[in-house]
Amino acid sequence: MITKRIIPCLDVKDGRVVKGVNFLGLADVSSPVKLAKFYSDCGADELVFYDITASSEGRALFTDILTEVASTIFIPLTVGGGINTVDDFDRVLKCGADKVSVNSGALRDPSLISAAAKKYGDQCVVLSVDAKRVDGQFRVFAKGGREDTGLDAIEWIKSGVANGAGEIVLNSIDTDGVKNGFDLEMLQAVCGMVDVPVIASGGAGCAEHFKTLFHSLPKVDAGLAASIFHFGEVAIPDLKRELASDGIIMRL
Amino acid sequence: MIAIIDYGVGNLFSLKSSFAAIGAETVVTGEPEAIRSAEKLILPGVGAFGDAADLLRRNSLDKLVCEEAGRGKPLLGICLGMQLLFDYGLEYGRHEGLGLISGSVRPVADYIPSGCKIPHIGWNGLRFPAGKPVSPLFRYIREGDCVYFVHSFCGAECGDSVIATAEYGAELTAAVAQNSVYGVQFHPEKSGEVGLNILRAFCEL
Repeated sequence: MITKRIIPCLDVKDGRVVKGVNFLGLADVSSPVKLAKFYSDCGADELVFYDITASSEGRALFTDILTEVASTIFIPLTVGGGINTVDDFDRVLKCGADKVSVNSGALRDPSLISAAAKKYGDQCVVLSVDAKRVDGQFRVFAKGGREDTGLDAIEWIKSGVANGAGEIVLNSIDTDGVKNGFDLEMLQAVCGMVDVPVIASGGAGCAEHFKTLFHSLPKVDAGLAASIFHFGEVAIPDLKRELASDGIIMRL
Repeated sequence: MIAIIDYGVGNLFSLKSSFAAIGAETVVTGEPEAIRSAEKLILPGVGAFGDAADLLRRNSLDKLVCEEAGRGKPLLGICLGMQLLFDYGLEYGRHEGLGLISGSVRPVADYIPSGCKIPHIGWNGLRFPAGKPVSPLFRYIREGDCVYFVHSFCGAECGDSVIATAEYGAELTAAVAQNSVYGVQFHPEKSGEVGLNILRAFCEL
């Protein structure tokens, strides 16, 4: 049986891992390479590596850091941030990424999803969506959660999957950084509409939140978090053992 | 020296790095001489069966790989590289493979119940066939250990060659072996310690 995945997310700015609370007030955490190795050793099922400044400042990914990470750890690696063209896919895949996550780049040019899926396969294209409740709708936000696109998140995700996105990362801006649990309502709305893996992001504060996530939404494939792992509030080996003992299929 | 055969498909960075991590010397090459002089061969691959099989043939590497395998040189096919070892594949039409493993490559969808997502992607536990000795490829791992899969097609009609399966609504072929030819559907270079231990065992064959 396929296991549920626990995925630490490494937001990188200026070569360091950072984590924002509601995307504001960044605090330095650690070296991306060291943190990646640490997570791989303690049983993380995958890593997501975002250059969070790339879309707003147009900065290229730090491919040398990525190369070093991919030479050190041997679990699936997803890279995002500043992915605007098929050439950007090529650049990060050559450095050892397995999947590439698109967000603002796909909002600017939705054909990026189909072009990349055609070239590298659907499994390589992850559509990352920052969504927030606006006027009773789940609305897609761009530029690291700063700009309301006016797009309905469910419709945007459905069209992304139809165009070849092989996986969805759904980050709820409403719950991100609040540590009160994942946005089950938003996740449920998405899970019912797509048949590709959905990764829940935003809101995890403790092991119990992952338990609730996987038990109440069996169609969610993975839980993603950053600060609770970076600051040691939740240790991944303990979390995975706890989930496994609660009947959730885990890689131990 | 292990030759990672470069025939123009996919990204060999992680594969090379993972062998380096276990202290094995590799060369990424499409040169016949280097492939002949290597002690072991890795046949990687991502993408579609037909394109990859054409590329192997266009580089005249198909015959060479079969010759070397025929000599008893250990060969490990990974993911699409494993699928290419079979007689033929049915991805976008029928395409001939290398014929080193008896059987064919068919859509995962033909075997699993509806409702299971395609591709089969993620970590899944290995099962070893009952009543058979465990393959030397798995000497450093245990049944149930998880490895990382990403595939929409799988090995079929390969009964006796199967050395591991994975449960995904059906028993999917996870690894095969015939003489010195081995194939794994999953990505050992992305399967953490378990994957490295499989590569380590291959290095010691």
